[in-house]
Amino acid sequence: MYDFAYHKPATLADAVKLLAADPDAKAVSGGHTLIPALKLRLNKPSALVDLSGIAEMKGIRREGGALVIGALTRHAEVAESAEVKAAIPALAYLAAHIGDVQVRNRGTLGGSVSNNDPAADYPAAVLGLGATVHTSKRKIAADDFFLGMFTTALEPDEILVAISFPIPEKAGYAKMKNPASRYVMAGAFVSKGPMGVRVAINGAGPCVFRQSAMEAALAAQWSPEAVAGIKQDADGLNSDIHGSAEYRAHLVTVMAKRAVAAAG
Amino acid sequence: MNLVTPFEGIGASVKRKEDLRFLSGRGQYTDDINRPGQAYAFILRSPHAHARIAGIETAKAAAMPGVLAVYTSADLAGIGGLPCGWQIHNKDGTPMAEPKHPVLAEGKVRHVGDPVAVVIAETRARARDAAEAVLVDYEVLPAVASMAAAQAPGAPLVHEGVAGNLCYDWHIGDAAQVEAAFAKAAHRVVFETTNNRLVPNAMEPRCAVGDYDTATGEHTLYTTSQNPHVIRLLMGAFVLNIPEAKLRVVAPDVGGGFGSKIYHYAEEAIVTWAAAKLGRPVKWTADRSESFVSDAHGRDHVTRAELALDAEGRFLALKVSTQANMGAYLSTFAPCVPTYLYATLLAGVYTTPAIYAEVKAVFTNTVPVDAYRGAGRPEATFLLERLVDVAAKRCGFDRVELRRKNFISPDAFPYQTPVALQYDSGNYHATLDAALATADWAGFEARRAEAKARGRLRGIGISTYLEACGIAPSAVVGSLGARAGLYEVGTIRVHPTGSVTVLTGAHSHGQGHETTFAQLVADKLGVPIANVEVVHGDTAKVPFGMGTYGSRSLAVGGSAMDKAMDKIIAKGKKIAAHLMEASVEDIEFDRGTFRVAGTDKAKSLTEISLAAYVPHNYPIEELEPGLEETAFYDPKNFTYPGGCHIAEVEIEPETGRVHLVNFTAVDDVGRVINPMIVEGQVQGGVAQGVGQALLEGCVYDADGQLLSGSMLDYTMPRADDLAPVSVATHTTLCTHNPLGVKGCGEVGAIGSPPAVINAVVDALRDWGVEHIEMPATPQKIWSIIHGKSC
Repeated sequence: MYDFAYHKPATLADAVKLLAADPDAKAVSGGHTLIPALKLRLNKPSALVDLSGIAEMKGIRREGGALVIGALTRHAEVAESAEVKAAIPALAYLAAHIGDVQVRNRGTLGGSVSNNDPAADYPAAVLGLGATVHTSKRKIAADDFFLGMFTTALEPDEILVAISFPIPEKAGYAKMKNPASRYVMAGAFVSKGPMGVRVAINGAGPCVFRQSAMEAALAAQWSPEAVAGIKQDADGLNSDIHGSAEYRAHLVTVMAKRAVAAAG
Repeated sequence: MNLVTPFEGIGASVKRKEDLRFLSGRGQYTDDINRPGQAYAFILRSPHAHARIAGIETAKAAAMPGVLAVYTSADLAGIGGLPCGWQIHNKDGTPMAEPKHPVLAEGKVRHVGDPVAVVIAETRARARDAAEAVLVDYEVLPAVASMAAAQAPGAPLVHEGVAGNLCYDWHIGDAAQVEAAFAKAAHRVVFETTNNRLVPNAMEPRCAVGDYDTATGEHTLYTTSQNPHVIRLLMGAFVLNIPEAKLRVVAPDVGGGFGSKIYHYAEEAIVTWAAAKLGRPVKWTADRSESFVSDAHGRDHVTRAELALDAEGRFLALKVSTQANMGAYLSTFAPCVPTYLYATLLAGVYTTPAIYAEVKAVFTNTVPVDAYRGAGRPEATFLLERLVDVAAKRCGFDRVELRRKNFISPDAFPYQTPVALQYDSGNYHATLDAALATADWAGFEARRAEAKARGRLRGIGISTYLEACGIAPSAVVGSLGARAGLYEVGTIRVHPTGSVTVLTGAHSHGQGHETTFAQLVADKLGVPIANVEVVHGDTAKVPFGMGTYGSRSLAVGGSAMDKAMDKIIAKGKKIAAHLMEASVEDIEFDRGTFRVAGTDKAKSLTEISLAAYVPHNYPIEELEPGLEETAFYDPKNFTYPGGCHIAEVEIEPETGRVHLVNFTAVDDVGRVINPMIVEGQVQGGVAQGVGQALLEGCVYDADGQLLSGSMLDYTMPRADDLAPVSVATHTTLCTHNPLGVKGCGEVGAIGSPPAVINAVVDALRDWGVEHIEMPATPQKIWSIIHGKSC
C-alpha cells in the first residue's frame, strides 16, 4: 500500500470534520474491502479516518416497530443477536452467511452498505426491508440510497451512522454464490410488512434493485409459485466467467422462489 | 529384546513428527529467513501478453529514496537463460525448438507477468514504489493466447525463430499396426476433450533470499524449492556460472509445491546475482497475484482420440492426437510432461494391443506450463476413463464390465505395453471389486430414485486408473531426453549413543517424510522414531540428490535409505562378530539387536555404534571406525500405482450446482509405511482432482490477459466443495525396489477427475449428455439442462 495518514476520532463530529477537511481521505471501519484494495495499490487515499472508536455508531436496539443497528456493528454481532433473530430472522441469516468467519468478525454493516458492492449481501436487506439510512446529516430512504455500482447517496463528508429496519411480518433471503469469490452471483431478499411487499435483487445487476413484477405477484399471492414463472430480463445484468447475464437472470427467479419459501 | 514399543515401524499410523512445529507456527519457511543487512527485490512484470520493449527508463526510479539498484536485462550481460532439463525430438529426429528463456525480458515480453526489471531497495514498499517509476516503452504486439490462435495460418510468433509456434511434433507407438486394427474394428469411437489449465496455488507463495559472503566468495540461496540440488546445478552451471562448491542452496520448510516448486525460476537467479553485486542479502517474496502470473501452470491439453473395439468390446487399438500448451517459454521439465509422462500411460490398466499417439507442443503468450500434481498422468487418465465411458454408452456395453473385460489380468505381470512401459505388478480386478463394494455401486439406482424425489439429479462415476511414478531409471530417461539422472541418495548416520540422523536428497513440503522415513529406520534398525532426525533441503548438509516430485520420495529416496541401512547392518555385523568373538556369518540382526545365531549372546545397536566411535576393542585392521553409510539408489523401473475411484454427485437442476456427496478410493500404492499419511495424501490429491473436475479453470482472454488472476475468479476447492473421502488400499508389492513401495502422492489427483465427470454425465443421463468439459461449473451444467429440456 501507499503511505497515508491515520486518524482515529472519538466522536462522529470529529470524523466528519476530518473527512470534510480532506477530500482524498477515506473512512474505514472493518476494512475488509478497503484494506485489500490498498494492499493491491488500487486505492491511494491521503488519510484513513478510522471510525471504530465512535461509540454513538455502535449497538443494536429496538425502537418501536423497527430495529436500529449501528453502522459499526459487525456481521457476526448481527448474526448472533437475540434481538435480530427474534425480530428479523432473515437479517440474522443474511449476516451469518456473509463471507467467512474472518470477514464476519471484522466487516461492519455501515461499511458494507456505504461501499454498495453489487455482489454484497446487506444492500439486499436494506432495500428489501425498506430500511432508512441514518447519516451524520440526514435520513435517507433505502429507495433513494443505492444509486449505482459502488455509488450511494452519501456525500464525501457524510457518514452512515445507523440503519433502521422496519420489522416485517415475513422476510427471507436466498443467494447463489460465485463459486470462486463466494460473493453473491444472484440473490433475493423478500419481505412483507409495514413497507409493503418488497423484492430486492443483489449480485445480478450493477446495483441492488427492486423486482416490481415479483412484488406485484407476491402482493396478490404470497407463495414461491407466485414468482416461479416470472422471468427477469437479462438486459443490463452483470456477466463474467462464472455467470452470464442470462444465467444470472434465471438465478434471480430461482433465488426469489427460495427466498419466499424461506420466509414462510 | 530391543523391539520398538509401541510399534512405530512399517504399517503403523504414527502421528507426524513435523506437525508440532507446523501447527504451532514454528515452521521455518523461506520468508521467515532474514539475513543481516537484507534488502528487498520487487520484480516489475509485463502487463502485456506480447510487446516489444522499445526502451526502459530507470533513472528516476534509481534516484528514489531507499533504492539500491534497478536492473534490466542490459545489466545481466554474461548471464545465461533459464535452462530446460528435457529435450524432446521431433518425428523426423530433429531436436525440439528451444528458444532462450531470459532471466529478465530481452527486447520483448511474451506473457503477462514476464519479468522486465528488478528494483532493489531497503524495504519492499520502497522497491515497489520505485518500480512504479520505471518507465517501460512497450509497443504492444498481437498475442496468441490459445493453441488454436497460435497455430492459425499467419499467427504472430511468440519466438521469432520458432515457425508456427511449434515447439515439437513428437510421436510414439506403431501407427501402421493401429491402422490395421482399426480396419477390422466393429466399433470406432471418437472422443475430443480439453484438459483444463490449472494454477497450482501452493499455500506458501514462492520466495527467494540471496546471500553472499564477500570474505569467502560463497553464495547462498534460500528458496522455496522441491529440489535444492537441482536448482544449484541448473543455476550454478547454466545461469550464473558459479562453481557448485561455492554455491549453497537451502530449501527449508516449504508450504506445498505440487510441482510448481520443482523448476528453476528467474527470481532465484536474480536474488543470488544481485546479492553478490550489491554485497547485501536480497529477498524476494511473491504475493498471491504475482504467483498467478509467475508460477508455472499445469495441464492445458487439447486432444482427439479414437478407440477401436471388436464386437465383444475388446479394445483393439487406440490413436491419440494431442496439442499441449507450453506457454511462452519452456519451463524446466515442461517438454517431458505431455510426452513421456502422458503418452506412455495411454494403455492404462487395459490390454489395448496397439497404440499410437502424436503430440504437438505449442508456444503461446501465456505463463509457462509444467508438471503439476500428476503431470501428464491425469491428462492420460482423464482421456482414457472418459473415452471408455463414452465407448460403453455408444456401443451399448456396461461401463464396469467393459473395463473388467479389458483389464490386464493379475497373472499377466510383468506386462509390456505397446507404449514403452513395463508394469511390474498390480491387481485391477481386486481394487475394482473393493471399490464397487465400498461405494455400494449395486445400490445406486435406489439412491438415484430417492434423490429424484428430493428434486436432485444423482449420478455415479467410476475411474480405473494406473500411473507411473517413482521416477526414474536414469539410463532410460537419459535415452528419452532427460538431461539429469533420477536416482536418489540417502545417508544413515548412527551416532555414538545410537540415535540416527538421516540425510536424504528427497524434500518434504507437506508429505510427512520426517515421519515416514523415521519409520523405515525404526522398522529396520529398531531405533525409536523420537531418536531419528531426518535432514533434507540443504546442499551443504546432504549429498547430491534429486528432490521430490513424481511420487518418488519413498520409492527412490526410501530405497536409497534402505540400501544405506543394509550397509550399516553389514558393518555392524563385523563389529558385533569381533566383540562377541564369533564369525560374521553367524551374526543375525533384527531390529536393533545383533545376535550370535543359536546362542543367547547379543549386542544392541547402541553397543555397536559406541564401539564404532570409541574403537578401543575394534577390528581396526580390517574396518574403519564410525557408523555412517551412504547409498545412491537408481531405480530399475518406474513404479505403477493403480486403483479404482468412484464418485457420487447430486446436481441441483435449477442452478446447475454439483454437490459431491460421496467419494471412494481404493488404491494400490504398494507397501504402506504409514496408513494415516497415505490416507491424507490420497484425500489431498482427491481434493485437487475434484478441484480440476468441478471448480478450477484458468481463463485467458483473446489478448492474453489472465481473467482468473486471483482467488476472486479462480475457484480453489474449499471444505464445503468436498465430501467424505473413503480411502482404502489394496497392496501388490512393487517387485523391483527393496521396500515394495509404489508411491501415493499423486494417485488422488490422477484417478479422481474422470470419476467425478463420469458421475456428472451419469446424473444428466436423461438429457443424453455424452461429455462435459472440466470444470463442470454450475453455469455449464445449467446451460446443458436449459438448452436441452428433458
